[in-house]
Amino acid sequence: MSIEPSSLEIDFLASSTLALADPQLRRNFRRAMDGLMAKRAACFPDPAEWTRTQALGAAIRAKNLLILPELLERLERNLTKNGITVHWAGTVDQANQTVLELLQARGAKALVKGKSMVSEEMGLNHFLAAHGIEALESDLGEYIIQLDGEMPSHIIMPAIHKNKDQIARLFSERIKHAKYTEEVDELTAMARAVLRQKFLDADAGLSGVNFAVAETGTLCLVENEGNGRMSTHVPRLHIALMGLEKVVERLEEVAPLYSLLTRSATGQAISTYLNLISGPRGGGEQDGPREVHLVILDNGRSRIYQDPELRTTLACIRCGACMNHCPVYTRIGGHAYQAVYPGPIGSILTPQVEGVGLRHELPHASSLCGACEEVCPVKIPITHLLIRLRRESSHSRPGGTVLGAGTARSGLEDLAWAMWGWVLGHPGAYRISSWCATRFGRLLPAGLPLLAAWTRTRSKPLPGRRSLQERARAKGVPHV
Amino acid sequence: MSERDAILAGLRAALPYGTPPVLDFSVMEEKRWNPCERTARLRRCMAAVKTEFLDAGPLDWPQAVVDLVLREGLDNLLFGPHTSEGRQLAAAWPAQGPRLIAYDHPVESFKQELFTGVAAGFTTTLGGIAETGGLLLTPGPLEPRLLSLVPPVHLALLRADRIFDTLFQAFRELGWNQSLPNNALVISGPSKTADIEQTLAYGVHGPKRLIVVLVG
Repeated sequence: MSIEPSSLEIDFLASSTLALADPQLRRNFRRAMDGLMAKRAACFPDPAEWTRTQALGAAIRAKNLLILPELLERLERNLTKNGITVHWAGTVDQANQTVLELLQARGAKALVKGKSMVSEEMGLNHFLAAHGIEALESDLGEYIIQLDGEMPSHIIMPAIHKNKDQIARLFSERIKHAKYTEEVDELTAMARAVLRQKFLDADAGLSGVNFAVAETGTLCLVENEGNGRMSTHVPRLHIALMGLEKVVERLEEVAPLYSLLTRSATGQAISTYLNLISGPRGGGEQDGPREVHLVILDNGRSRIYQDPELRTTLACIRCGACMNHCPVYTRIGGHAYQAVYPGPIGSILTPQVEGVGLRHELPHASSLCGACEEVCPVKIPITHLLIRLRRESSHSRPGGTVLGAGTARSGLEDLAWAMWGWVLGHPGAYRISSWCATRFGRLLPAGLPLLAAWTRTRSKPLPGRRSLQERARAKGVPHV
Repeated sequence: MSERDAILAGLRAALPYGTPPVLDFSVMEEKRWNPCERTARLRRCMAAVKTEFLDAGPLDWPQAVVDLVLREGLDNLLFGPHTSEGRQLAAAWPAQGPRLIAYDHPVESFKQELFTGVAAGFTTTLGGIAETGGLLLTPGPLEPRLLSLVPPVHLALLRADRIFDTLFQAFRELGWNQSLPNNALVISGPSKTADIEQTLAYGVHGPKRLIVVLVG
């Protein structure tokens, strides 16, 4: 069963330090991220085509967010017309309850799942297990980590932190009658055999949603394995989960977003399957689910929506390119973030959902190099949002809408800034302090409190022997 | 207030911000190829992800499918008997050949057999996509959804003159924005995964092989 993020003690410094000390983990991530970056780059050979498609993607998402409430209503109307039942959930608890009631009312005991990050957000597997319902992940990566009781470490490739030897060992220990093999084809075949039977037996299937089209009332699912189609078309009940930001107005807007998604995520021009679901089994149909339900989850999104700058977080199409290109993510891996969404998108999303006080360290998990922003297919200003959230966590603004704003305020930091400000405002004090810093700064022991936090893993910064002002004066620059 | 109304009211409480951007789709619209290039491009893209091709003529394709099934030693073939292509295929089917199974009854009546006893499925397509490779399918009463998913081999009939430039163009020309069937699919190859060390493996949950019967 998946580990709930809330059951862990949140300590990013500790978890990232631990991850950095694991050479196997770092090798696994380095290798995987290098591969993903190269594949993505090969999919965008023409810079002009990339820039224009990216601009279109960004404009589509911006437009859809602008009219979000109208789109959601229109989506609901058209889905209902198509025979798909729509449920709304403000919180993850309500969403879990809705899924549970749907399953219990139909006596469902076994649920087979296609990939859904919203279900991770909800801790759904854990919740259902507590109510005697088995939720089985069927995406190969999700299946692997579920066998090992782990959380995804990447939103697209959840088992990316494991190498094939680790997976070989896991399968031989956890799958009945499995022999030990490191052949990827054989490992895949083993999972296929187990899961085919599960698809056949499952009472219900669950999936995420990549895009929901308001004008046609359609749920779009992007995948390569076919487990999404299995989960949504074989069992008699299909439950889809989506965050409320996933809606697009028109079907034709899906084409550029889909192209950006597959190319950015895995470096594929197109995925194996694009599955457009606009209704349950209709009259005359021989298969497909008898019922389709959609749960639309808020979980803090409508609060994020209130702020015009932070709202851009909701434009995300969950391609994962930001994490693939992030020097911090590549070194510490996904688990160190202790969150459902890791990497740069997680560092802006998680603090907004869970509170910038509780998650104040995440916006600092970035060198602000901007690689994430450069590859973002919908141009989310990630670095600006990181800086904004750093500010929000320690300097609340009156009337703001950010959860937990100002709760990570530190007296020491405030004092440091106050002193800094005072010194800069008093030329005499400034001259004395810069004279002291240039003469004695080099003598400070590296182990001094505060300084030690920096020097533990880096060399001590050395101030110049003369201040800029002194050197300018010595050169005869007037008025300094 | 219901959950729904509370969420919508929350969203509506946000101040209006910005003006709707103009969507410039020209980067999609400009992607055009001539008919020869369209076919070649689709072939190249789909072959790169392990799709196989069987070339056939407009009249002899049913025989080409029969020959393929015999050559590959497939035990049986599941198909939709009520499309015009389905009827053509049934007419060409040899009496002593492998079993031709009609999928024209509810899946509940033969689910176990579908999962364990069917060797291949045959479907028509609405067309293809040149830019990226890909087949357009609209499963429904005539050709059920699982026909192209559960059997380990999927044979798909594609007419070369039905290849669109892009998915964007297909959406527009098929009028799918007006009405979409309960299920519509784009399929670009056999089922695959790279979840183990980014190593590509084919045939994970869906078909292990996709064979396009290309009618030129």
